[in-house]
Amino acid sequence: MSGETATDNVPGVSSESQARNVIYCGVCTLPPEYCEFGGTVKKCEEWLEKYHPDMHEKLYSDDALNANLSALSVDAQKRAQKDAAKKEAKAALNEQRESERKAAAKVLIKRVERNKRKYVTVVSGLEEHGLDLKKIAKELGKKFATGSSVTKTASGGEEITVQGDVSDDVYDWLTERYEDIPEDNIDCIEDKKKKGAG
Amino acid sequence: MFKKDLTPGAKSKVKSSVQRAIRTKVVETYPKLAPYIDEIIPKKSQLDLVKLPDRVSLYIHDSTPLFWQHMDDPLIPHLKLVHAFPQAFPRLRIDRGAIRFVLSGATLMAPGLTSKGGRLPDKEDECKEGDVVAIEAEGKEEICMVGQLKMGTEQMKGKGKGVVMDGGHYLGDGLWKMNFD
Repeated sequence: MSGETATDNVPGVSSESQARNVIYCGVCTLPPEYCEFGGTVKKCEEWLEKYHPDMHEKLYSDDALNANLSALSVDAQKRAQKDAAKKEAKAALNEQRESERKAAAKVLIKRVERNKRKYVTVVSGLEEHGLDLKKIAKELGKKFATGSSVTKTASGGEEITVQGDVSDDVYDWLTERYEDIPEDNIDCIEDKKKKGAG
Repeated sequence: MFKKDLTPGAKSKVKSSVQRAIRTKVVETYPKLAPYIDEIIPKKSQLDLVKLPDRVSLYIHDSTPLFWQHMDDPLIPHLKLVHAFPQAFPRLRIDRGAIRFVLSGATLMAPGLTSKGGRLPDKEDECKEGDVVAIEAEGKEEICMVGQLKMGTEQMKGKGKGVVMDGGHYLGDGLWKMNFD
């Protein structure tokens, strides 16, 4: 596995005028041969076995693994292994933290009084659940036929402001549409404080 | 350059005159891409420009990223494009030991290329400082990095150490992970 594979294959596959279609790993998004450097090797291997068994055979056969190892000196191998283990642990930790954070992240729906009988509804915390605020703002605007925009908060974050008092409707819409947000995590608050001098 | 995850800025349409200029520029910088240029940037298509942090602009066609550019530096292809047309770019190879450093965003150093597993082009088609090259890896088929050289290949052979490329675009960096839908 020294020179030949890399140099022979690349020009051979792609001499036609069409672009090559490269398979990317569904787990770590790298080309599968680079999965071993991604930190989620096990998951990547499972994924590849499921969706591209032929490629899996090629990449994860004993021969290929051995060839990979023999290219490095023992010392370098050890270091690489240690590094890989560290990376893997880090990836796992990150994932865990992410899911924990998601479970704890609250979505707040606030009704803010603007002008005696006029209200705006402020939805914050959606970005923690990996949603695109801009798109949701647009959808909310469409749904309630009101103005709806992404506004910056004083603390540096962003939130969605919908004109009109639609807090209950937003609550229903969110719980129905995004089922992966736990319902307990969505809170409705009424904010009595006047914003500015109307 | 894209070690951290990126937040894309505003997306805007590219003027057709500018798009034409980009086309000629691409053909000029990468003559070997010329046969495929209609496939990459079709004549009547609409390119989009996305602004990224640090004055990087990225050109996108139909939600496939094509080229990125830092200020007025040369256009550098996105790795997805390189994977589609790998033979259109000059290629250097790094040895196996260097892969993991490259994929975690280290600057590329000369020993990774001059050692046994690496490969540099012959003297006739040497790459000079500032050329855009694709970096492939020992034992792998796909390209793992693209960027501008900081040192000519002949100089590397002579000197055998020092920085070869920094601020490149590598597999798994922020630009790679970006989603354009």
